Amino acid sequence: MNSETLISINEVYRYYGNYCAVNNVSFTVKRGEVLGFLGLNGAGKSTTMQIISGVLGASSGSVSIAGLDIMDAPRQAKSQLGFLPEQPPLYHDLTVDEYLDYAARLRGIRRTNIRTAREQSKQRCGLEAVGRRLIINLSKGYQQRVGIAQAILHTPAVIILDEPTNGLDPVQIKEIRELIKELGRDHSVILSTHILPEVQAICDRVLIIHEGRLVLDQQLENINESKQNNFVNIAFRQAPSLDTLNTIEGIKHIVQINDQRFRCELHPGSTAINNIVRNSAGAGWGLVEIIPETGSLEETFMRLTSGAQENV
Amino acid sequence: MRNILTIATHELRRLFKSPLAWVMLAVVEFLLAIFFLILLNQFMNPGPWIAGRGITEIVIAGLLQVSGIVILLVTPFITMRIFSEERRTGTIKLLLSSPITITELVLGKYLGTLGFLVILLALIALMPLSLLLGTPVDYLQTAAGLLGLFLLMASFAAIGLFISTLTSQASIAAVTTFGVLFMLWIINLASTTGSEIFRAIFSWLSLLKHFNSLINGAFNSVDVIYYLIICSTFIVLSIWRLDGERRHQ
Repeated sequence: MNSETLISINEVYRYYGNYCAVNNVSFTVKRGEVLGFLGLNGAGKSTTMQIISGVLGASSGSVSIAGLDIMDAPRQAKSQLGFLPEQPPLYHDLTVDEYLDYAARLRGIRRTNIRTAREQSKQRCGLEAVGRRLIINLSKGYQQRVGIAQAILHTPAVIILDEPTNGLDPVQIKEIRELIKELGRDHSVILSTHILPEVQAICDRVLIIHEGRLVLDQQLENINESKQNNFVNIAFRQAPSLDTLNTIEGIKHIVQINDQRFRCELHPGSTAINNIVRNSAGAGWGLVEIIPETGSLEETFMRLTSGAQENV
Repeated sequence: MRNILTIATHELRRLFKSPLAWVMLAVVEFLLAIFFLILLNQFMNPGPWIAGRGITEIVIAGLLQVSGIVILLVTPFITMRIFSEERRTGTIKLLLSSPITITELVLGKYLGTLGFLVILLALIALMPLSLLLGTPVDYLQTAAGLLGLFLLMASFAAIGLFISTLTSQASIAAVTTFGVLFMLWIINLASTTGSEIFRAIFSWLSLLKHFNSLINGAFNSVDVIYYLIICSTFIVLSIWRLDGERRHQ
């Protein structure tokens, strides 16, 4: 039960004219998983999320929610789904209660249960005090919470949140993160963000999308563990040739990033760093930087989105 | 069906949340009241021009004729925001990610708008009905005229609905809708010249011509069918447009 696949995306492509915004993206999400969706602006995050939630159609490929295809059985699939777009879809001239009631009816909640659903969702998002206020008069943070309340109203199996903590203050961010973690226990959550520590704080798994392609799909714990200190970035003022560097003892593999910069993989436990420093001092290469890669999410993200390739 | 009603009620309630709907009802009622009084005054001081026509033909038909024009002028302001606003504010994403079909969405929006226009129609109908206090009127002709006005409104709303799916700028939708409605209104002017078939086509296309025969009490199923074709065509076009946008944008 707990490992049931709730979202499955299969070879999805999406074109805007000739521009390919989403290029062959496939992944699955299981129940109880919180998936962090990372990428630069314009990488295709929002498009992918809109395709999963049925707002946009895929040019090819398929999406299924809880085993139901979003195009073939949209009604059943979408009733299992809560979506918060980048800009919360709010009617500014309604009160919070009116808005949530309307959203509840759209989601097919039975009339007798609407009140309970609304109150529960308001309570989870800390909106009890503002139920009778007009949405237009609420601060950005509260509007964002109404957007989240709308997405979890019908306790869907799948919750998709596009930048959920956007515009919130630090206290609210903390609360919303707690809420997402809690939701992640018995739902599947996909959230996109550009705040990397947020992913570390709440996600179990990370996807990185770059120029429409999925470049990384890994459990968060694996990212933090892998490549401990075996990779070093070095830079010289007068860089020697790649071949010269390759002869240094302890270096397993080295690639040139630009004129000055190299990234090397060291043999575990070797004294390669000492050798590099000694050689540099001897030959006057002007060593200016030695940065061991900690394999953190941030480094991985920077590397993958700067154009370097890695096998997924 | 439940979804259609949910959306329709929401649409109608939101219309009355803004001052626009109230102002529009007030202005239309005021303008038509003036026309009503003028027509009534003319009827009370008859001349040879009356030519044996009764109060229904002069006052009621005259009022409905003017109502048609006034409604043509105001409908674009009601229909302009149906979809364009949803697109501009992004609320369309709430609707598209909800378990409702695009057909339900379009029909719900259409019925909500039509609901408002029916309220407007009821207010207009009160004026001819007030004549019952002093004189008998031709019920059947009045009924045909009111049906005509209703069908006219329904067509205006369907055309406006479709045009609002084309843009996210409400004002562009309003101007375009007005242009299209006005063109369909006067297209029979083009039928005064040209070949027989040409004339027949243009005069058949005119929203005005079919309306005129209904307010004069001639109930032809052709006229009713004409309006039903207009309504269903533009509703189907709206559904296609929204569905196509989701797929190919």
